Amino acid sequence: MSKKTLIVIGNGMVGHHFLEQFVASSKAADYEIIVFGEEKQLAYDRVHLSEYFSGSTHADLAMGTTGWYTGQGIELRLNEPVTALDREQRTLTTPQGEYNYDELVLATGSFPFVPPIEGREHPHCFVYRTLEDLDAIRASAHEGKSGVVVGGGLLGLEAANALTSLGLKAHVVEFAPRLMPVQLDADGGALLRHKIEELGVQVHTEKATTAIVEGENARLRMNFSDDSHLETDLIVFSAGIRPQDTLARTSGLEVGERGGIVVNDQCTTSDPHIHAIGECALWEQRIFGLVAPGYTMARTLASVLNGDNNAAFTGADMSTKLKLLGVDVGSIGDAHAQTPGARSIRFNDEQAGHYRRMVISENGKTLLGAILVGDNSHYDSLLQYALNDIPLPENPETLILPENQGGAPALGPDALPETASICSCHNVTKGDICKAIDAGCADFGSVKAETKASTGCGGCTALLKNVVDCELEKRGVEVSKDICEHFPYSRQELFHLVRVNGIRTFRSLIRQHGMGQGCDICKPAVGSILASCWNEHILATDHVPLQDTNDTFMANMQKNGTYSIVPRIPGGEITPDKLIVLGEVAKEYDLYTKITGGQRVDLFGATLSQLPEIWEKLIAAGFETGHAYGKSLRTVKSCVGNTWCRYGVQDSVGMAIRLEDRYKGLRAPHKVKMAVSGCTRECAEAQSKDFGVIATENGWNLYVCGNGGMRPRHADLFATDLSDDELIRTIDRVVMLYVRTADRLQRTSVWMENLEGGLEYLKQVVLEDSLGICAELEEHMAGIVDTYQCEWKTAVEDPEKRKRFREFVNLPEQKDPVQQWTSERGQRRPVLESA
Amino acid sequence: MKTHTSWNAVCTVDDLVPESGIAVWTEEGPVAVFYLPHRLPALFAISHTDPFSGANILARGITGDLKGNAVVASPLYKQHFNLKTGACLEDDSVSVKTYSVLLDGNRILLETADVQRQAVAA
Ligand SMILES: Cc1cc2nc3c(=O)[nH]c(=O)nc-3n(C[C@H](O)[C@H](O)[C@H](O)COP(=O)(O)OP(=O)(O)OC[C@H]3O[C@@H](n4cnc5c(N)ncnc54)[C@H](O)[C@@H]3O)c2cc1C
Ligand code: SF4
Ligand code: SF4
Ligand code: FES
Repeated sequence: MSKKTLIVIGNGMVGHHFLEQFVASSKAADYEIIVFGEEKQLAYDRVHLSEYFSGSTHADLAMGTTGWYTGQGIELRLNEPVTALDREQRTLTTPQGEYNYDELVLATGSFPFVPPIEGREHPHCFVYRTLEDLDAIRASAHEGKSGVVVGGGLLGLEAANALTSLGLKAHVVEFAPRLMPVQLDADGGALLRHKIEELGVQVHTEKATTAIVEGENARLRMNFSDDSHLETDLIVFSAGIRPQDTLARTSGLEVGERGGIVVNDQCTTSDPHIHAIGECALWEQRIFGLVAPGYTMARTLASVLNGDNNAAFTGADMSTKLKLLGVDVGSIGDAHAQTPGARSIRFNDEQAGHYRRMVISENGKTLLGAILVGDNSHYDSLLQYALNDIPLPENPETLILPENQGGAPALGPDALPETASICSCHNVTKGDICKAIDAGCADFGSVKAETKASTGCGGCTALLKNVVDCELEKRGVEVSKDICEHFPYSRQELFHLVRVNGIRTFRSLIRQHGMGQGCDICKPAVGSILASCWNEHILATDHVPLQDTNDTFMANMQKNGTYSIVPRIPGGEITPDKLIVLGEVAKEYDLYTKITGGQRVDLFGATLSQLPEIWEKLIAAGFETGHAYGKSLRTVKSCVGNTWCRYGVQDSVGMAIRLEDRYKGLRAPHKVKMAVSGCTRECAEAQSKDFGVIATENGWNLYVCGNGGMRPRHADLFATDLSDDELIRTIDRVVMLYVRTADRLQRTSVWMENLEGGLEYLKQVVLEDSLGICAELEEHMAGIVDTYQCEWKTAVEDPEKRKRFREFVNLPEQKDPVQQWTSERGQRRPVLESA
Repeated sequence: MKTHTSWNAVCTVDDLVPESGIAVWTEEGPVAVFYLPHRLPALFAISHTDPFSGANILARGITGDLKGNAVVASPLYKQHFNLKTGACLEDDSVSVKTYSVLLDGNRILLETADVQRQAVAA
């Protein structure tokens, strides 16, 4: 039987989700699948569109990869809009040609409505929907000072936030008497307005724009019907969306009075071979302008096409929870109390700026809706009451009162019924989660992978985490250690996520797998993981904010805010000429000089702005950074070995230099130290290092996982009589395994002790390749060795990066007054009065 | 006595580093200005001086949020300071001074006490 053709028009969020669902079904094999997308890019996460302004790229936002499409045998035709549809012939037309279909899916989304105002075609007028729109806005904002958003709804406020983040003074012009008229009531809208104005965004309500003309002091001038006006450099229209139903209209499909392609419960249009899903579809006279209902439609249609006659779309919850311009806003169910007999309970704390309203049923038993402004901490509980008809407590007002005024504690996951919907994007209930756990999912990540919960808008992550932990605990499973409040994962799990999903920035990791903005725990940990995985320069703009100050400024901060500098001296071997340079530089900048335990020279007391100058000199003399600031390889200490020592049996210095050059710069969960001794007398103290190498008559003995410091531990003998290459290969494998699987700030010793099976297990994995991963570990290491760059060299050569090393950006000559000095034993040292 | 303050341009947008801080010198001493583009307001300014060490380093700390509040962690002893209120999260009795900061076109404006006028008034 020859295959039928299924065509999807529109490669947006919902169209993509539909394909993911459909290709997994058994009937998919019966179809050739073709997708047309008008946009140039592969489907991306429009919900997080604004992150494009704060560094996310299309790749970060993309929903999949072109490789996925190819792998599924789907023909992806981007940048090719469908312009006409002939239902009789079952063909469609694009600028490139004509195509036949057997089944057609319209997933064309919607387009922003621009009110018919004179002058709206001005080149500095925009809409806010696609990456291209944002590119244009960014270009326009570059030269501008102020921007106006027309429309004070959810998207409008998000656009206003974007304008401020582009450095513009933002205004919001709204036709209605308040902000977010759909979701909020008068009190809620007023509070939101107050909060937003406090943040410097000016709100103008009850303004109808009559014309846009050339401005006097800015590019544009908006005239309002009340004869007032506003000058601005650019305008973004966000006055609502309209379903993209042009193809449906021109081909005579049934459409709604105010637009939208009419569909039934199976998401099929008035033509049985044509289906519509997402924002273009009109179901029971309703358009759903959120992604979750679109996903539900996509799942329904995939089941329908797979022959499931029971699959039906039954509407969707339109509750929303967001942070708009940093202000919490939540709206649940019947927020405006339109249900007959509905009554409201309000809590309004003007002092704290919190407003909460509950809408309850006539008999006072169930929650119908709610409005929250200023604090969303009650949202999850209230939503669960509303969605699951959980009977309200006797004094329902306790649900919205602050806890110190008799408020009830949040609804614990235990109190939720099995049917409670936890993730509305993917329609996952508490029962589904319990089932996944009973089927063997033993942590958050696997429940997420199994059920897909929290992979949509991400709004349910915290709740899902609570439910999973609670259920795991009930089953006696130890809950894995989360790295911090922003990620429900351990370092090892994060490493896996980064590597498997090819994630390259902190933003995209936290957006896809975490919550909030990050902190000083997770940022450096993720920075180190990204560096271990991809080895990009640590001062690349995306990575700067992740690093500890020492990593950021590539030097070690000392107690008075100055830095110490440790150039690399591989194996502790240094020419007299280089030693002289160190002395000269130290003299020139009056740096306190001390020999370290790792056979290097530490130069103390450099100010932030001196660092690049000093490094310029050091680099010119052939020095490289010593990574004394990083969680990475510090030194490879060595004795002089058989070149000089009468007992020596191998060239320990040569090996130390080789090792140091190989592993320098590698980012690890903690610092890593190594040493090489030229015979069993062990003058380099190799057995107190993470990796200790001791020469034998026949080669090298390798000791692993030792350390000095607070809790000293002797290294364990790992392998004997290795050749040079065998030694390196073995260290490659152990180091890489450590980098991949250790916890944050875990030295190799603790890591090994915590491995189930300990040293023996490690030997099996590394020496016998019991997991079959050695080739991959070596390859990963080779990749890192190949991409090594001296961070300081890259930094001093790049004026943008050098800018970071200004003590006070507005006054380069200003000295830091707290840095006071005195002299001791012939050198300078700080005096610092502690506050 | 009412303190006189004035708004002074201290740097431009290009000097800022997203999700991070920079330090500027003002008549009141060193001030740390943070730029967190995912929040609004996106700009925060607090004293650059770490009350625990006395060193001028707060701009060089890691920023983030704890329970939704924007914070910076001191790079020396790791205490967190709320960027909006200046409060130290680990020690109730300690806080750092906060400043009002605004974006005006391309310039960053900071509100600081007018040291000279104050001296005259006093
Ligand atoms: C800034 C912003 C913030 C948002 N925030 C949220 C939020 O927080 N929560 C939430 O739930 N929702 C949010 N949304 C809405 C959400 O993005 C949409 O609900 C979702 O993208 C709808 O998906 P869709 O596939 O139906 O439409 P779209 O994603 O718009 O995809 C439709 C695609 O079809 C293409 N197309 C149209 N016509 C043709 C044609 N003739 N030929 C070929 N291709 C065509 C379009 O170019 C487009 O790429 C937000 C939207 C925006 C713009
Ligand atoms: S370890 Fe052996 S080779 Fe090295 S210095 Fe000591 S005695 Fe000599
Ligand atoms: S031992 Fe203590 S005082 Fe000495 S360098 Fe280490 S941390 Fe500082
Ligand atoms: S509710 Fe959107 S991902 Fe779960």
